[in-house]
Amino acid sequence: METLWFWLVSVMVAIYVVMDGFDFGAGILHHFVAKSNEERREVLAAIGPLWDGNEVWLLAGGGSLFLAFPKVLAAGFSGFYLAIWLVVWFLMLRGISIEFRSHVEDGLWRHFWDSTFAVSSILLPVLLGAALGNVLRGVPLDASGYFSLPLWSDFGLGAHLGVLDWYTVLVGLFALVTMAAHGAVFLAWKTAGPVHERSKGLAGRLWALVLIFWVLATLATTAVNPAILRNLPHAPLAWLATLIFLGGLGLVFTGLHLQRFLLAFLGSGAFILGLLAASAACVFPVMLRSTLDPAFDLTALNAAVGQHGLRVGLAWWLLGFPITLGYVAFLFRFHRGKVSAAAEGEGY
Amino acid sequence: MGDPLFWHRLQFGFTATYHYLFPQLSMGLAFLIVVLKAVGLKTGDVRYDETARFWIRIFGINFAVGVVTGIPLEFQFGTNWARFSQLSGGVIGQTLGMEGLFAFFLESSFLALLVWGEKGLSRRGHFGAALALWGGSWLSGYFIVATNAFMQHPVGHALLADGTYQLASFWTFLLNPWALAQYAHTMIAAVVTGSFVVASIGAFWVLKGIHLPHARVNLKVGTAAGLLASALVAFPTGDLQGKLVARHQPITLAAMEGRFESGPRAGLTLIGQPNVAQRKIDNPIQVPAVLSFIAYGTFSSDVRGLSAFPQDQWPQNIELLYYSFHIMAGLGTIMIAIMGLAALLLWRGHLEGNRPMLWVMMLAFPFPYIATTAGWAVAEFGRQPWLIYGLLRTAQGASPTVHAGQTAFTTLGFAGIFVVLGLLFLYLIGREIAHGPTGHQA
Repeated sequence: METLWFWLVSVMVAIYVVMDGFDFGAGILHHFVAKSNEERREVLAAIGPLWDGNEVWLLAGGGSLFLAFPKVLAAGFSGFYLAIWLVVWFLMLRGISIEFRSHVEDGLWRHFWDSTFAVSSILLPVLLGAALGNVLRGVPLDASGYFSLPLWSDFGLGAHLGVLDWYTVLVGLFALVTMAAHGAVFLAWKTAGPVHERSKGLAGRLWALVLIFWVLATLATTAVNPAILRNLPHAPLAWLATLIFLGGLGLVFTGLHLQRFLLAFLGSGAFILGLLAASAACVFPVMLRSTLDPAFDLTALNAAVGQHGLRVGLAWWLLGFPITLGYVAFLFRFHRGKVSAAAEGEGY
Repeated sequence: MGDPLFWHRLQFGFTATYHYLFPQLSMGLAFLIVVLKAVGLKTGDVRYDETARFWIRIFGINFAVGVVTGIPLEFQFGTNWARFSQLSGGVIGQTLGMEGLFAFFLESSFLALLVWGEKGLSRRGHFGAALALWGGSWLSGYFIVATNAFMQHPVGHALLADGTYQLASFWTFLLNPWALAQYAHTMIAAVVTGSFVVASIGAFWVLKGIHLPHARVNLKVGTAAGLLASALVAFPTGDLQGKLVARHQPITLAAMEGRFESGPRAGLTLIGQPNVAQRKIDNPIQVPAVLSFIAYGTFSSDVRGLSAFPQDQWPQNIELLYYSFHIMAGLGTIMIAIMGLAALLLWRGHLEGNRPMLWVMMLAFPFPYIATTAGWAVAEFGRQPWLIYGLLRTAQGASPTVHAGQTAFTTLGFAGIFVVLGLLFLYLIGREIAHGPTGHQA
């Protein structure tokens, strides 16, 4: 049961990254792919009806973590205190940037929100990627089950760790280019005209960059947390996940080559999902690794709530999850086809 | 001030109070939008659809601010109250998890369809989107109230040897009688807020002599829903809530009333200033025996005062608790009177011509906001010194590794963000009101 919940939480988080990832990508790129107000609104029309639902995957994933592994939530959120609040503040800024921008027909007003949208969309993947980096690297959890990390110390991996060090920033940058590349194929799929052309042009270059960062991040991870490499042969799920992300990568390049952008987008989603699943399979059952002593690790087994709670949670989760997928399918179907900018006063 | 607990509590109180200004209007408006759309759908009267369209635009802005101010609350469980989350996650993780899966997805998926999708949807489809937002926002309300109810009156849990609380009975926990009473009270209060806001705009337009057809719809719907909801919020839901407090939190009841000595035929204090040092109410104006009746159903019932309880179990902030309760109850009474009078005038066909009454209605919209804020202050100050009533003290729930400097930093950050957000909100809402119900077509 604990194992199952480990995977449910991982899947929710991975879906979050795939879903919010494409609208992060749109935000990272919109200054480059959309030059005029009309083009910016085209980008916003593509993500506007979806971004809020995408972000709920984070809250729902956090809710599942709370439900099943409150010890991990408690230690992680309080230990990463300032980093968590930076993420929250940028999420808030990004939300109102999207929602408020088109309410007022004024160049300065829109210029301002376009900038905040871009800045928050760039910083969030870096911070969230760094968070993943922290999970892979480990944190100074002690016998109390808690830890505290400053935002940064000396950017090294020595005795005084910080949330941001060279390794976690590297993972953050990997996340940034991946989200940008993911967003580029999404925009290429959903838009037409100049925005489509520019997104298409950027997608190939960005995916090449993803490959470079993927190699760097993988090498760095095996150096920082050698246990991951040791676990790999014994984790069949990791092999499956590796196949998924390699297959996804293949689809991305095939799709880009054939100009089939939905295919590329699905491949890009599979790449992210598979990569995160492979990471999860390699660290399983550890959820928060201690750099002080493996005995202090928070794992799916020692951090879970009682069996009854897990079983009850599973019952309603199995009810709610298909409904949620239904909403997502409905939304994508309702907004199918290429988007166009809404008329003034009638949309994002 | 160097005590992290002070900052954790200040941050939660401040961010939760500010946040709740928005969802109460969202939940109230969601219901009224469904009413307007339903009347429009049934009668084919376009005034109702146009009025609904106006409120949907307000709803969209209000909802967005509600979402962004709500995110921090979700995170505070882990960041500021880690010990509490760790100990009680086995129970309250259920409702918080369900809120994400059942309520947030429903709301977020259909929000854009409601706000921007009218042209692309059939009339029924758009009505469906309104229903989805109503259902989603009210479900969300239930999960939050049920979580709070566990903190007020914990049921359905078991205490384990490691000090954690685990779920023992899901349905007992989910259908906590406290949650049911508090939910009814809270949701109806949200309809009061929605009704007062709708009626206020109606009165404003009539006084200005603009958008008269839509102003009439607002006055009619706002007044009818406002009277019904204002009455229901007091009785039976408020009364029920009061009786639960009397039974399960008698110390809180004593503090709410500023009652220090015990005895039968307890009087209800209308006005007076609690003097905690001397254990009495200064300058009291009281109605004899009414408190006994309200709390226990008979005039002769004994109502215990604070002196009957050990002082370490008293709520720490008796003054604020006392005033919050009296402000809530006093404003509740005034709101029933306003809506009662408005309904009478409306029924007799005199409301539109009665300018003094329209002025009152236009300016009365802050009352429900103040009353709901005060109501939550009663619930939360009244729960002290406990985080989970009778089980876990507030001081035991904070994050062990977070220090005052960190929480002060984020609290001040929120103060700045919320000022800016409030100004933006008022600016955008003001523009929508200036545009009126037909402004965007013109």
